[in-house]
Amino acid sequence: MQENTILERVQLNDVVVKFVIYKPLIAKSARAGQFVILRGREGGERVPVTLVDWDAQKGTITVIIQAIGKSTSMFNNFQQGEQFLNVAGPLGTPVEIKNYGTVAVVGGGVGIAEVYPIARALKEAGNKVIAVLGARNKDLLILEPEMKALCDQTLSTTDDGSYGLKGMVTDAIQKLHDAGEVINAGFIIGPIPMMKFTSRLMDKLGMNPHASLNPIMLDGTGMCGCCRVTVEGKVKFACVDGPMFPSKTIDFDELIRRTSEYKPLEKQSLENFQKDHVCKCGLH
Amino acid sequence: MPNPAAPRNSGHQQAPDVRKHNFDEVAHSFTDAEAQAEANRCLHCKNARCQANCPVGVQIPDFIAYVKEGKIGEAVSKIMETSLLPAICGRVCPQEKHCEGNCILKEKFGAVNIGMLERYTADTARKQGLLKTPQTAPKTGKKVVCIGSGPSSIAAAAELARAGHEVTVFEALHAFGGVLRYGIPSFRLPREVIDHEIETVKSMGVKFVPDVLVGATQTVQELLKEFDAVYVGSGAGLPTMTGIPGENAVGVYSANEFLTRINLMQAYKFPATDTPIKIGKHVIVLGAGNSAMDAARCAMRLGPDAVTIAYRRSAAEMPARAAEVEHAQEEGVQFEFLLTPKEVIADETGHVSGLKFTRNELGEPDAKGRRRPIEIPGSEFVMPADTVIVAIGQRPNPIIAKTTPELKTTERGVLEMDEQGKTSVPGVYAGGDIIRGGATVLLAMKDGIEAAKRINTYLEGK
Repeated sequence: MQENTILERVQLNDVVVKFVIYKPLIAKSARAGQFVILRGREGGERVPVTLVDWDAQKGTITVIIQAIGKSTSMFNNFQQGEQFLNVAGPLGTPVEIKNYGTVAVVGGGVGIAEVYPIARALKEAGNKVIAVLGARNKDLLILEPEMKALCDQTLSTTDDGSYGLKGMVTDAIQKLHDAGEVINAGFIIGPIPMMKFTSRLMDKLGMNPHASLNPIMLDGTGMCGCCRVTVEGKVKFACVDGPMFPSKTIDFDELIRRTSEYKPLEKQSLENFQKDHVCKCGLH
Repeated sequence: MPNPAAPRNSGHQQAPDVRKHNFDEVAHSFTDAEAQAEANRCLHCKNARCQANCPVGVQIPDFIAYVKEGKIGEAVSKIMETSLLPAICGRVCPQEKHCEGNCILKEKFGAVNIGMLERYTADTARKQGLLKTPQTAPKTGKKVVCIGSGPSSIAAAAELARAGHEVTVFEALHAFGGVLRYGIPSFRLPREVIDHEIETVKSMGVKFVPDVLVGATQTVQELLKEFDAVYVGSGAGLPTMTGIPGENAVGVYSANEFLTRINLMQAYKFPATDTPIKIGKHVIVLGAGNSAMDAARCAMRLGPDAVTIAYRRSAAEMPARAAEVEHAQEEGVQFEFLLTPKEVIADETGHVSGLKFTRNELGEPDAKGRRRPIEIPGSEFVMPADTVIVAIGQRPNPIIAKTTPELKTTERGVLEMDEQGKTSVPGVYAGGDIIRGGATVLLAMKDGIEAAKRINTYLEGK
C-alpha cells in the first residue's frame, strides 16, 4: 500500500469531507490534540489539519476537511484511491489528558470533529464528559451520533434553530451552569470568534477553558514563527507550543488580525481555482 | 607556464537593475576559455594554503590542474574525493575566509577565483555527463539514519554511504535540502543545483524520506532500535525574535518565514503556486547577517519602493559576507547603521506602520571583539515601514532535544558534545547548526563529514 493513499472518502455535507488516509508512522504515534500538514500538489500549500482519529493496527489516520479556500477545495475533490502529495506529522503538543472531574468539550462546525478525539481520551481517563456542539444549521452539524455515543451528555445548538437548542454554544454552556453543573475544564475548537466568546464565558463561570488555535502556519515544526500567538502576555508558537492553550488570556483579537492577512489573496486563488476546475464531488 | 600576474577574473553578473526583478542566478558561469585562463593563474603550490584552509579538504591545486587541461571529468572526481557537493560549495562557501583568503596570490595579484572554478567544474561535468557516481565500499550491513536533509546531513549521508552503510535521510519538510532549500534564495543557489547534488547522493544508494519530523513522527530512541547509529543534523530551525512590543503586528515576519515562503513555497510565483506573500512599500530588515541580506534581496525582487537594512552596530561589524552586502547595495538595498529597534508601531487595523528606533554609538569591544552598541539618550525616532523582517539569528530547533531527554543541551539549546564529537547518548552523533547554533553551509558539511568518520569507527567496533 502506498503511503498517503485515501482508503475512504465520505462526504459529510456540501462542504465537509472525511478522509481515512494510509499513514502508518503517524497512526502509531498520534495523540489527541495533534495535527498533520497536508499538501495536495506540486506548488501546493502546506495546510494544517487536526487529527480526528487514528488506528495504529490498520496504519490509518482520519481527517475531516471543510472546503474554505483553494487548497481545501482541491483536497475535497480527491477520491478514494488517490493520494495526498504529502502528509506530515503528528505535529503540535498533545492535550494534557488526565482526570479533571467533569469536562466540557465544545465544538463549532468542523471543530466538532476536531474535538472528538480529545473527548474520547478524556472519557478514557475517567472524566465525566459533556459535549456542547454548535453549527449554523442542522445540515452542518456533524458527528452528533458519535458524540452522543461517547459522552455522558450532549447538547447541540444551531444558529437558526433547525436542530437542538436555538442559539450559540455559549447559551448551552450558560444553561449547564444555571442547572448547577460544575465543570472543571473546557476544551474548545471552532471558529475564532466562537472560541473567544466561549473562553470568556467559561472563564467567568470558573470552568478553566482551553482553546485550540488555528493561526496561519507554514512548516508546522517551529521553524518559521508565522503562527505566533500571545498567551498570558507571552509569545508562543501554536505549531509546537500548542495548538491547545489555556484560553483565559489568549489575545484572540490579535489572532483574528493575523489570520486575516492573506484573505484577499486567498479569495483570488479560490476564484481562479473555481473558474478552471471541474468538480468531481458530484454535488455541483 | 602559469600566469599568476594575469588579472583575477571575478566573473560576470546579471546587471543590478535587471536582476532585482527576477529570481534567476545573479552570477554567470565561466566560459571554458575563462575557466582555463583562471586555472592557468594557479601556481599549484606544494604545501597549498588554500587546501589547508578548506574545512572539507578539497584538493584544490590538483582539481585546478585538470581544469587547465580541460579534463573536467577528472577535475570533478578529484573534488568529490573529499566533497560531494561541489556545485553548492562553489556558490555558497565563504571562499574569502578559507581557500581564496589564503591564496598566495591574494596580496599581489588577487586570489585565484577558486569558487567560480569549483562551480564551473561541477556544472560542466554535470552538463557533459562526466559526473561519476562515487564508489561505495562493499556493504557492511549496518544501518544509519541522518536526521534532516540540510548540508550537514547530506554530507554525512554521502560519506556513510561511501563506507558501505545503508543510509536513510529523514526530512521534516516536503522537499530536501534543509536551509539550502528554505533559506538560500534561488538567485544565489538555483533549485536545480540542489536537486542535482541530492541526486548524486541518492545514486550512491542513500534513501531520502520526506515528511518525517524526528521527535514527533518517530523519536530518537525509536530510531535507535531500527538503526545502528543516528546522525542529528536538524539545523537551526528556530527563529530569534527581538521581543520588542508590537512584534506580532500584521506584516512582521521572521526571516525564516519570509525566506521559507519565497524559497521553499515559491510564493513569488503566486497564484501559480498556492502560498501567498505580501510586500509593503517600505520594507525594513533588522540584522546584517547573510539571512538579512537574503531577505532584503528577496524583498527587493517583489517590487517595493524601498528596502532598508537596519543594524545596531556599524558597517564594519556586519556579519554578512562582503560580496552579499555589495550585491544588496548594487540592487538598491539601503543601509542604516547604529540603530536599535524599540517598538513596532501598528495602525488601527493592527498592521505595522513603522518602527521606533534609538540611535547608538559604539563602545568597548565585546567578548567577540566587536564594539558594543550604546544607546544615545533622547535619540528616538520612527521610521515608516509596512513590512518588517526580523533577521537577527536562529537557534536550534528544540523538538529533538525535547523528546529525547537523554540528549544533553546547553542553555542556548545546542546539543552538548564530548571531545570525540559524540552526544550524551551512545550511537547518536550530531553536527551543523544543531551544535553550532547558526553557522555556515561549509562548516555544517565539515561536521557531517567528520561525524561520518566517527560513526564509521563506532560501527567497526560494534
